[in-house]
Amino acid sequence: MIRLTNEAIDYHAVTEQVRRNDCGAVVTFLGTVRELTDGRQTVALDYEAYPGMAEKKLAEIEQETRARWPVGEMALVHRLGHLDLGDVSVAVSVSCPHRGQAFEACRYAIDRLKETVPIWKKENWADGSTEWVHPGS
Amino acid sequence: MDIRVRLFARARDLAGAETIALQLSVGATVGELRRALATRCPALAGLLERSAVAVEDEFADDTQTVPAGAEVALLPPVSGGSD
Repeated sequence: MIRLTNEAIDYHAVTEQVRRNDCGAVVTFLGTVRELTDGRQTVALDYEAYPGMAEKKLAEIEQETRARWPVGEMALVHRLGHLDLGDVSVAVSVSCPHRGQAFEACRYAIDRLKETVPIWKKENWADGSTEWVHPGS
Repeated sequence: MDIRVRLFARARDLAGAETIALQLSVGATVGELRRALATRCPALAGLLERSAVAVEDEFADDTQTVPAGAEVALLPPVSGGSD
């Protein structure tokens, strides 16, 4: 299940969606808005996506993950727009027959999401300035 | 041919626009599109070097040709694996 949303992510519902009787393990990863980055204080983040391509890349990650692990169900949900400190920006939930597979599959999916999905974040620093995060600058 | 390039994040801020319209010769490559963008909007030049180009929702390397009417987007680096 792939979703981009401007609403708060209901991670309990996301987790429930992947539970299956043939899967004895469910791993849910949540990314949340962190207060400190290299000693600088964040008060909020803004997330922006290239919507069509982001959804296509998320679907590809689901297919890649399913090709490598015996995934029962999985969900990739990313929030967009203005998020406050502590808000959930991303949820990845995976069910597999056994826990090792579920941990590995979830880790793979969130790492790939961070590498390949066109979603950007803008820091809103405590001093009032803002800055798009584009690594390598 | 006219190609409209969608801009995101800091690229949009630097250009001060959501899109840039370019006039390219038929059969132009993504590399030629990059050079045309840098000429048209010098403020983008530095970030452009580190950005990906997408043609029809897929990453495109500089040797790929840009089809007439294609949707093209400039994608600055995403946040990566550190978070």
